[in-house]
Amino acid sequence: MQAADLAARLRERFPDVLEARGEVTLVVEAAALREALEHLRTEPDLACEALSDLTVTDWPDRDPRFWVAYHLRSREHGHRLRVKVGLPPEPDPPHVPSVTDPFPTANWLEREAFDFFGVVFDGHPDLRRIEMPEDWDGHPLRKSEPLAGVATRYKGAFIPPPDQRGT
Amino acid sequence: MAVRAETMIINMGPQHPSTHGVLRMVLELDGESVVSCRPVLGYLHTGIEKNTEYRTWQQGVTFVTRADYLSPFFNELGYCLAVERLLGIEAPPRAQVIRVLVCELNRIASHLVWLATTGLELGAISIMLYGFREREEILRIFEMVTGLRMNHAYLRVGGLSMDLPDGAVERVRSFLELMPGRIAEYEHLLTGNPIWRQRTVGIGHLAAERLLALGVTGPVLRASGVPADVRRDEPYSGYETYAFDVPTRTESDCFARYQVRVEEMRQSLRIVEQCADRLEPGPVMVEDPKVAWPAHLSTGPDGIGNSEEYVRHILGESMEALINHFKMVTQGFSVPAGEVYQPVESPRGELGYYVVSNGDFRPYRVHIRAPSFVNLQAVPNMIEGSLIADVVAAVASLDPVMGDADR
Repeated sequence: MQAADLAARLRERFPDVLEARGEVTLVVEAAALREALEHLRTEPDLACEALSDLTVTDWPDRDPRFWVAYHLRSREHGHRLRVKVGLPPEPDPPHVPSVTDPFPTANWLEREAFDFFGVVFDGHPDLRRIEMPEDWDGHPLRKSEPLAGVATRYKGAFIPPPDQRGT
Repeated sequence: MAVRAETMIINMGPQHPSTHGVLRMVLELDGESVVSCRPVLGYLHTGIEKNTEYRTWQQGVTFVTRADYLSPFFNELGYCLAVERLLGIEAPPRAQVIRVLVCELNRIASHLVWLATTGLELGAISIMLYGFREREEILRIFEMVTGLRMNHAYLRVGGLSMDLPDGAVERVRSFLELMPGRIAEYEHLLTGNPIWRQRTVGIGHLAAERLLALGVTGPVLRASGVPADVRRDEPYSGYETYAFDVPTRTESDCFARYQVRVEEMRQSLRIVEQCADRLEPGPVMVEDPKVAWPAHLSTGPDGIGNSEEYVRHILGESMEALINHFKMVTQGFSVPAGEVYQPVESPRGELGYYVVSNGDFRPYRVHIRAPSFVNLQAVPNMIEGSLIADVVAAVASLDPVMGDADR
């Protein structure tokens, strides 16, 4: 399905559909996410049965602040589709339902999103940090976190930020 | 009624010669068999995604090229294509052909490292020497073209950092003559080899449905009979105009993955040959001075630098050109607000770049959908219930690169 046709098809059911640069984006509420994904996965002419990617973008000055992006693909029809969920700044950490069922591939992707942005995926079977040390403080890809110059703590060892280290 | 003995927990990695870098696996063993496996990542996390948010769009290339260090060109290509789509521009035809050429050579080099290291891990020392010998030929071509053996930053948003040097195409052609015989040599050495077959046939099997559910892509998925290839399914950089096959096998074991990768090397050679044939003279960077990298690089006797002609132009002739040069180098260009997801077929599978712009001179968010990261999720499924010796073969058959997985 071409992007324009796909967008038109989705507008039959979903109010918030955008089409830009040949890509279709569908915005849904967190509460309606699982139902929407199930619809996209099981409808024969949509058949988005593969989750390629899942990640978060942080917009600290906006409400909703966190945007979780799900990139779906249909092998059968060859089209791609982005589903986005906006999460408000409060409460922090934000919550969104996990999609590990029916997409097992979301397991690590959700762990990564939790690790980097502190988004909690409700219903995830094993929501732990995946890239950062398990006792790391904070979520490094949030815009409020600095790029560098932070102290490092790891299992009792402490390394001060570079400007405070001795020679 | 047999009483089950106590199980033993063993850490395999992160410092282990057969884990392809710093992958750590917490294995629960019952004698020689694996009861459960928990992969632990993060030992090579370098914050590439975060770093790109603090640099100009053009500098992003130098960061993403370091993610998957065995196939740097694919990272550069995915990133550049994504940014170019946001800008609404396309690289000139010659640049696109050269991009495909270096990418396919890179695919061969990456598969060679896979073949060499997997052979080493399974006890075949000769194949390690052979694999690295031919990879060296490719790296020499890369060094000649880009100045570097890895982390090239050769592809730039809008085209390439510079054109091919004199003699590069001849060098590629002589490699094309050499390589088919060498691939036949590897197959002669391994395909019928009883030890190689014992270590790979039927090992690490996972059904296609399970691989698809776990999001596994690339040669591993193709070895299970699914002919999924981004180059074929969603062509980019003109891949729809090249003749090549997407090799598949149906056994979905380590041996099938070996066969798929070897055949992919042959297909890559076919593509490289077509690239060499269709190279026409022309620019390798978009004309628009508001986007194009201003410095005209050239390889002189002392390596890479700005071409003398260009330096004479900005310093001696045109104040505007000098201002433009400084603006483009220090601040760069701004990119219209928006977001794109651009997949490319890396040697490990679907490498996706999700790039978000807020209209600024720096990326707002760059997310790399790393094939190694997603593929590694299949490890527990592949090895639970098998022997510990087969863990090495199964993990190697996924070809994980930890730089790619951890970013």
